[in-house]
Amino acid sequence: MARKTKVRTRNQAGVVEVLILVNHPMETGLRKDKQTKKKIPAHFIQNLTIELNGKPAVNAELGIGISKNPLLGFRLKDAKQGDALKIAWKDNKGESGVVDTTVDL
Amino acid sequence: MPFPTHLPVNQEENELTMMKRRTFLQGGLAGGLLAVAAGAGLLRPSRALAAQWPKAAFEARSIEAALQSLYGTGDAGESKAVTVKAPLQAENGAKVPVQILTDLPAESIDILVKDNAMPLAGRALLPNARGFFSTRIKMAKSSDIIAVVKANGKLHRAKLSVKVTVGGCGG
Repeated sequence: MARKTKVRTRNQAGVVEVLILVNHPMETGLRKDKQTKKKIPAHFIQNLTIELNGKPAVNAELGIGISKNPLLGFRLKDAKQGDALKIAWKDNKGESGVVDTTVDL
Repeated sequence: MPFPTHLPVNQEENELTMMKRRTFLQGGLAGGLLAVAAGAGLLRPSRALAAQWPKAAFEARSIEAALQSLYGTGDAGESKAVTVKAPLQAENGAKVPVQILTDLPAESIDILVKDNAMPLAGRALLPNARGFFSTRIKMAKSSDIIAVVKANGKLHRAKLSVKVTVGGCGG
């Protein structure tokens, strides 16, 4: 089962902004299931990277304090229309996702 | 399966490399295997694995402790060059939008919430990106959102007080 990862790029005041939305529970591991009374295990994205034209642009390290279905925004340097973007993420259970796309303003 | 401890040196290194590569690709080292490997003196600190996710910082119970863990110092001066944007009042503590902006040549931006049990929410390392990081964070209750930017060999801090009407960490 692949989780949906959506990537959008836009021009924000002359700068390329990339917005990433991942469908992910970001479960803290501190919540208890109301019926079973057992703790729901932590399940959250730990790393998310962005490569621009094959080179590392951003490396995000996330924890349980990030909201469910994380929405992340970054502003790139030296990015232009058509540039290659690769977004990859990995969670604490070993699940991962990758999106290969391009800057499309 | 017993961990090999009496193999010629070359073979031990190959075994370990293969094991590390395999388990790394699978997404992590099981605690037991790690303990055996460390005990047998075969595990060399791997920069790649250690830098992967700063567990101690994310599990630190205070801002000071988180910064100490990340940088070896809690010394982060207030800076007007870092801006924290968030609603002054958030209806839903489970999803508080926050934006950190800075004109400093930021190497990294950390977002912490003072009154969360584990303050460090997330960080962005910026090998080649601008001083900007936006996301949505969980806030257990009304508190300060604190941004720490590493730039020019120093830590620069800014904060914003956010009132939360319904706390958002669950449980």
